[in-house]
Order: sequence, then structure tokens, then C-alpha cells
Amino acid sequence: MKGIASTVTLVGSGQGKKRFCALCLTLWCVFVFAAAVSALEPPAFRGYVNDYAKLFSAETVQQLEQALRTFEETDSTQIAVLTIDSLEGDALEEFSIRTVEQWGVGQRGKDNGVLLLVVKNDRKLRIEVGRGLEGVLTDLMAGRIVDLVIRPAFKEGRFDDGVKAGVTAIMQACRGEFTAGPRTQRSGGRQEPPSALSYLFFGLFITSFLGRASRPLGVAAGAILLPLAAFLGVPSIGLFFLLLLMPLGALGGFILPFIVSDMLMSRGGMSIGGGGFGGGGFGGFGGGSFGGGGASGSW
Amino acid sequence: MRRLFLFLLLLPFCLSGCGYNSIQSNDEAVVAAWGDVEASYQRRADLIPNLVETVKGYATHEQETLTAVVEARAKVGQVKLGAETLNDPQAFANFQAAQGGLSSALSRLMVVVEQYPDLKANQSFLDFQHQLEGTENRINVARVRYNQAVQVFNTSIRTFPNNLTNNFLLHLPRREPFKAEAGAEKSPAVKF
Repeated sequence: MKGIASTVTLVGSGQGKKRFCALCLTLWCVFVFAAAVSALEPPAFRGYVNDYAKLFSAETVQQLEQALRTFEETDSTQIAVLTIDSLEGDALEEFSIRTVEQWGVGQRGKDNGVLLLVVKNDRKLRIEVGRGLEGVLTDLMAGRIVDLVIRPAFKEGRFDDGVKAGVTAIMQACRGEFTAGPRTQRSGGRQEPPSALSYLFFGLFITSFLGRASRPLGVAAGAILLPLAAFLGVPSIGLFFLLLLMPLGALGGFILPFIVSDMLMSRGGMSIGGGGFGGGGFGGFGGGSFGGGGASGSW
Repeated sequence: MRRLFLFLLLLPFCLSGCGYNSIQSNDEAVVAAWGDVEASYQRRADLIPNLVETVKGYATHEQETLTAVVEARAKVGQVKLGAETLNDPQAFANFQAAQGGLSSALSRLMVVVEQYPDLKANQSFLDFQHQLEGTENRINVARVRYNQAVQVFNTSIRTFPNNLTNNFLLHLPRREPFKAEAGAEKSPAVKF
């Protein structure tokens, strides 16, 4: 983006610099292209089974989807299957870890995700195991599944049988390690800071509490806490805005206690309920973490 | 009194504005990532006695290569571990050198055992190969993540205004990332 911006301004500035901006643009393209070549981008997930290389029959895919959904409902463990045509020169293990990091297979905190990756043209496969399952689906176990269960079938071209047997073996190994609980949903990065909204709610709570005790205290708390919440939520906010928020907070601190005590009078309390994600269909993966466990093989 | 109040009011802004907190949390992230690196190297060292026992029975003529692996492992065992390693460039270099020595001894052994078909067909050796391969992969992942944490940390102590905070308050040194060593860091080729 920067490259484009600088070339655009240079074009406006004069004829003599045309060559320079052409050079800039070329370099920019080269960098973008080089980055694209060196690291293969993981494809987007469509469900538990992502058969991009078209190795399996539609029936197999449907059966696996069903089995894996049921397995997640009982055990909460998420097992994903991905087939691609080619690694395009990338290393199998690196592509695999990039994929699971991007997809976030497994529940957050339990880290119970597994990816079965099959590369058609390179004739390679890998079972990538999440941190929470390394105890049951050890490298050794994953290696045996690759060697003894999947590889013989793949060698004979029986991809449907191989993947079904492989996924079944993985499920057997992982069964009982975790039980179903609330689904986690991946959102943003791994460690997300509390949002501005939660700070705001906290500030509202304190302000109304103090304001009910004494009015000047509520005004002061509002004047301090609103800019503070804004700053903690959006650290890049300018000083000017923070100063602007101070009188606003003070006003809020003055009014809020009335509203809250009204509410308390009429309803006897108020509860903020957290919404849950409804079931049905594939809702994405949960954001489990991986440490490079698993095993690779080829056929 | 009023000044004190103003000071207390501004303190949280100053501390988060000047990067004091973010430097601290980045530093902790580096230490945590280092813990993973050590754990995965330790895992490899723990695998070696089993490997040596398995190979011994088959590859009787490779005493020299086996001895080299055992010696390299002993050297790794002598290197002091812990987060203090990070603050001491010399200790960090020793750690890297010892692990690099073990890596190259192991890769020589894996080349040698290619000549023993009986050994390659042995189930416990096959299992071992998977474990070694998995461990090498974990080491790789842990090293990459450590380097990422170091990069974040180093950037956070060198950019304005955090660099002032670090120079006047914290005095934390720049952390060293792992560098690829010539030849020594190649993981053993595991063939199927």
C-alpha cells in the first residue's frame, strides 16, 4: 500500500521521476510476489472436511462430516481434514502448523484440535495434534496411524477407505479425553484485550455506585472514568478527545445515579445476560493452540 | 495534596503511555517462549538413551557414531538451563553450541542406520523415528515462536517512547534470537 501511495505522489511531482516510480512499483510487485511464493497460504475452511484436492467421494465427505460433528458434540474435540493438490515447494510441517494456527482447530483452553492434512501430488500426509491431545494422540500413536492405517490404503489408491479408517483411529485415540462443554468461538488474536465496552460497563457500575453514595463523588468518578475507559479501550485515542470526554463523563456521573435508582425501584435489579451461539451447522473452530506435535508420512 | 492527587490520577496514563506495561508483558512472553524451547530440547535429550539401546542391537559396527551421540547428549546435560540463560549471551551461545552438536551427531547416526534394513524394519525403531521427528518439529516450532516473541520485545524496547522508559527505568538488554547455524542445525533426515 505504501508503495502505491508514494508512487502516486511522485507521479504528480514531475516527469523526471517517472522512472523512479516505475522502479518502486516493480520492486513492490516483486516483494509481494516473492512473499506469495515462499509461503503457501492456507485455504479457507468450509467445514470439518475440506477436500480441495477432490480425493474423496461426496458420500465419504458427508459421512465424515456427520461423524466429526457428532464427535464434537460428545467430546468437544475438533478434528479437521484438509486435502490440497500441492505444497508448491513449501515444507509440509510448516504449512500444516500455519493452517491450524489460522483456522484455530480445537476449543480454546482445551486445545483439543487435530488436523489430518493430505497433499495429493506430493503424496504426503500429516496428522497435526493440538497441545491438549498430545498425551493421548502422541507422536508415536499418530505415526502408527499414518504408517499402519492410512498409508496402506492410500498406496492402493483407496482414499475413501484410508481417510475413514484414519479419522476413526484418531477419534478412538482421543475419545474420553475431553467431554463436551460450552463451545469456544475464535475471535481475533490469541490474547485479546478486554474491549472498550467492558471498561465502559465497569466505569458505569462504579460511577453509579459512587453517585448513589454522594453526588459530587459520582460526578468526579464519571469525569475520570469515562476518559480512562476510552483510553484503555482505544489506546491510540488523542489527548484532545480525552479532555472532551471529561465533561461528558461528569454529566453522565450526575445523571446516572437517578436512572439506576429508578431502575432499582421499578424492577428490583437488572441482569446482563451473555448470549450464546446457537447449535446447528458448522460454526467455525474454537481457537485451540498447537505446539508442533503429530507425525508425517508419505505413500 | 492537590499535586499528589493529580500525580496519582496521571500515573496510570503515564505507565501505559510510556510502554512500561507493554515492555514487561513482552518480556514475560519471551521467557514463556523460552520455556517451550527448553522443554522441547529436553524432550529430545530424553529420547536418546532409548535410541541408543535400540540401535546398539543392530548396528554393531557403528560404535563410534553412537559414542558421539552419547557424548553430545552428555554435553547438553551439562549446560545450565533456566531463564537466566537469556540474560547471558555467553550462556545462550553455549546452549546453542551444545544443542547444535547433538543435532549433528544425531543426523550422522540417522544417515548411518540407513544401511541396516533389519533396524529400519524394527517396530520400536520406527516408533522412535516418529518420536524424534515429532520432537525436531516441536523444537522448530518453539524456536520460531521464541524468535517472534524476541522480535516483539526488541521492537518494544527500541521504539519511542518505550526506549526512554527502558533506558531510565528498566535497563533491559536486547534479547538474542536464534540464528541458523551452518549445517549444525539441520534436523536428521528421517526417511520412510
